[in-house]
This record gives sequence, structure tokens and C-alpha cells, in this order.
Amino acid sequence: MSIVVHNVSKRFGDFQALDSVSVDVASGSLTALLGPSGSGKSTLLRIVAGLETPDTGDILLAGSDATELSPQKRGVGFVFQHYAAFKHMTVRDNIAFGLEIRKRPKDEIRRRVNELLELVQLQGFGDRFPAQLSGGQRQRMALARALAPEPKVLLLDEPFGALDARVRAELRLWLRRLHAETQTTTVFVTHDQEEAMEVADSVVVMNRGRVEQVAGPRELYDTPANEFVMSFVGQANRFGPSWVRPHDLRVRLTPDESTHEALIERVTHLGFEVRAELVRDDGERFTVQLTRDETERLELASGQIVYVEPTRETTFT
Amino acid sequence: MRRYPLRVIALGYLLLVLLGPLAMIFWRSFDEGLGPLWTSLSDPNTVHAFTLTLIVAAIAVPLNTIFGVVCALAIVRRRFPGAGLVNAIVDLPLAVSPVVVGLSLFLLYGRTGWFGHWFQAHGIQILFAPPSMVIATVFVSLPFVAREVVPTLRELGTEQEQAARTLGANGWTTFWRITLPSIRWAVIYGVVLTTARCLGEYGAVAVVSGRVEGQTETATLRVQDAYENFDLAGAYGISLVLAVLSVVVLIAMTCFKPNQEERA
Repeated sequence: MSIVVHNVSKRFGDFQALDSVSVDVASGSLTALLGPSGSGKSTLLRIVAGLETPDTGDILLAGSDATELSPQKRGVGFVFQHYAAFKHMTVRDNIAFGLEIRKRPKDEIRRRVNELLELVQLQGFGDRFPAQLSGGQRQRMALARALAPEPKVLLLDEPFGALDARVRAELRLWLRRLHAETQTTTVFVTHDQEEAMEVADSVVVMNRGRVEQVAGPRELYDTPANEFVMSFVGQANRFGPSWVRPHDLRVRLTPDESTHEALIERVTHLGFEVRAELVRDDGERFTVQLTRDETERLELASGQIVYVEPTRETTFT
Repeated sequence: MRRYPLRVIALGYLLLVLLGPLAMIFWRSFDEGLGPLWTSLSDPNTVHAFTLTLIVAAIAVPLNTIFGVVCALAIVRRRFPGAGLVNAIVDLPLAVSPVVVGLSLFLLYGRTGWFGHWFQAHGIQILFAPPSMVIATVFVSLPFVAREVVPTLRELGTEQEQAARTLGANGWTTFWRITLPSIRWAVIYGVVLTTARCLGEYGAVAVVSGRVEGQTETATLRVQDAYENFDLAGAYGISLVLAVLSVVVLIAMTCFKPNQEERA
């Protein structure tokens, strides 16, 4: 089911959460809403779900106007950052909730819940209460619950935000696979650019209630639309009048006409990758990303003067 | 070691202020044996007083439970102008003396009161009759359910309800299947407190009931009545039953509650 957001604005008191935002989400895609906190990404997702009403603008689901539709009639699955588990119900009853509301036959519900328990790898946990599950398990239960009524759209609001790094990585991969299997239109909110790049086919970058750019992960990184996207997606240094990525800087020990003199302030070893923090003679600081071999060949150390040449620069007008 | 003095003070205070008087009632009730106790309790007017107390409570408790839950939902969930005022007004019965409540009802429903005239014209007896006693009891026991439910609702948040909505539940289903089960312990606790307050109400009911023996006399009024007539055995007996009721209710509560906490 396709989603069209047309000119949506939303204000909370003095705070402009969304400022005439328009986004098209293709049917069957996996889209990330990426932005810093307060960028309006969660508000946009909640408006699509019907949990908030826009001040102005329209929401179209599968081509028909859903702006005035209540959440229970939109047929969307929603997953909350803090799981929103029904604490007084077992895992099984949580997952069955949407099916019971739809008055499906008992044996069909049982079959479907078993299927979902298997899908989210919670077999054997059906009779537990949410309090007896870990964070990752609770979120998988919440996913199964949202998937149970077979929604045409799956919306996830920072679904992995409250989990530790390892469980996050696991669930990201799992979400990718789930999407590949079901082909359900999926939109998730994240403030983590790595998560957005890793999971989504299409990324909507938001800032201060506006959409900055909509693009695939690679395009976003290689041809950012503006300075905000450049600096928010991936690492970027300001380098004189232009911007440059840390891996697009070559370090030399001798100067020529295309190099800039700089002082190494600090060298950090991160396994294979080495990160050097430098300061130019005009006081501008930047980071260079090198391999371990390069660092050893050049014998880089803090306090050393080197000459830096950008191999690829981006300038915004 | 430094905790001991604190414990002694806390326990001593409880003993002196709460448990002492209660124990005294138990002791004095059985002072003259079971015979006189039974005689005074089986007095038809005493039986009537207990029945009336239970009837009044049976009307006031459900009314205040429904009102309390609705009121708490309004205060916490709906942001409307004057929510703060409602929140404060709910506490009014705790602040106003029951006697004052009784007197105000007396003025309102009396012969010259705002409502009294209308009811009198339609031949409905409010004052010196059970209706005024129910109204007085409803008034004084009003805040307890709302007071218990409001903080629980706040803590609960709205996410579970929103999740239910996105899963296809309408407002009514969401309330019965998600909200109410989540606040049920607060509601039960509120009901227990309300019940205790209804059974024990004295001041407001004393003013509006007219205290006619065998007609508009509740158990607490009868205690006072018996005491004034030097029927100490009767006074102690009725007090004993009232005290036992409260203790049973409290014990029932504490028995139920741990099961819930293990699960949560």
C-alpha cells in the first residue's frame, strides 16, 4: 500500500513539529525517516498512523484520503519504541489481540499466533508475561502483534532505540529479512544514520520539521542535497569553502600546490581503521580516515606537521 | 542499628493510636460473655441499622466507583479547560467537615431549600429518609476511587491504548480490555477505601437522617445511640462488628495484592 503525505503541517504550542511536509512512499518499499531529535520524524509517522491529526495537509493511503480516518480503520501496524506491551496479557494474548478484535475463529487465531511466535523466534514464550521477557524479546513480541492482522503498512517508531548495540544489529538484519519475505510497505523512524543506511532502500532525511532530501542510501552519501545532509549522513569535515569526507583526504609528508599544511593533534587506532584529528594553520579542525598500513608507512604521530590533499570535495552554493 | 529507634517509634505510635483502641473494643465486647453480646446484636433495630448501612453503601459505592473512574479519565486523558479545577474539587469532601456537608444538604433539601420545594411538591421525601443519607454518603466518599486511579493512569501513559487502537480496537473495547485491567488494582483499592468510608460515615448522615430508631438509623448512629442510653454492651457489640468488617476488608486486600506483584 502506497503512502502519500501532502503538505502536512503540525504545531505543538510554539513548536513547529512539521512544516508543510510532502513525502511519497512507494508500495512495498522499506523507507527510513532519518533525522535528529525534534526533526518531526516521529510526528510524521504518528500522523500516518492516525495517532496525531495534522493541522493542515492530507494523508493518502493506497490512493484514497485517510486524513480523517481513525487509527483503527487505517489497517496499519505500529511498533512503539518502548514496546507498548499489554502488561496484563501473556505474549500469546498480546499477539492475538488484533485478531480477536476482528473476531476471527479461535483455531485460526491459534494457528496464526503459533506461526508468528515462530517467525519472531519466541516459541516456548507464549505463556509468559511481558515483564518476564528481555527488551529484544519484548520488541519482537510487539512486532508479531503488529503483524498479526496482516497490515498493509508497517510503521516502526525508533523500534530499536531502547535496545543494546548487539540486539539492535540482530533486529536490523531481521527486519530486512522480514521485509524481503513479506514485501509489506514498511516505514521506520531512526536518528541513527547507520541504521537508516543499513536497513532502508529509501531514506527521507528530516530536519526542523522539513524534508531535506529523499534518496537511496548510496545517493544520499555520494550526492547530498545540502550541508545538513552532508554533515548528518556519514562523517564530513568543513574544508575551507567546501566539505570533504574523512576518507577523501590524502596525507603527504611533502607539500605541493594542491596541499594544505596541518598539525596532527591526535591519532586514534580503531582496529583496521585509523582516525587522525588535525588542525589547519587557519585553525580549522578536521578528521582524516586512514588505513593502518598508511599510518605506519607515513609514521604518523601527534605533534607532526603533514600536508593534506582533498581527493573529492563537495561545495554547496 | 540506627534503624531500631525509628521502628520502635513507628510501632509504638501505631499501637497507641490505632491498634490499642481496636483491641479495647474486642476485649470489652466479650467482657460479659457471648450472651449479652448476642442479645444486643439480634435486636431488630440493630439488625435494621446494619441493613440500612449496607444498603446505603451498596448504592454509594458503585456510584462513586463509576464516577471516580470517569473523573480520573477526564482529569488525566482529556486536556480541557478547568481540568485543574475539577481535580481540586474532587478533593473537597476530604477538606470539608461531614457535619458541614450534612448541614448544607439540610439547607438545600429542606422546606425552604432550592431543591426541597420541588421534591416536596412531588411528594418525595428526601430529608429524614434514606435518599438524603445516600446523598450524604456519596458526597463524603466521593474522592477515594478518583484519587487512587489518577496517579496510576498517569503512570500507565497512553502507549498501550494507542497500540490497541492501531490494532483495530475502538475506544470502548480499548477501555475494557486495556485501560481497566491496567488500573484494576487502583480501582479495587479505591473501592475498599470508599466502602470503609461509607460504612463508617457518621457526621453528615447524623445531620440529615433525623436518627429515627428502626427507620433512619445506620450502624454508626446506633453505636452513639446505644452509648447515650447506657447500653454499653450494645455499643461495643455494634462497634465490634464494624471493626471486624474493616479488618476483614483490609486482610482480603493484602491477600490479593501479592499475587499481582509477583506477576508484574
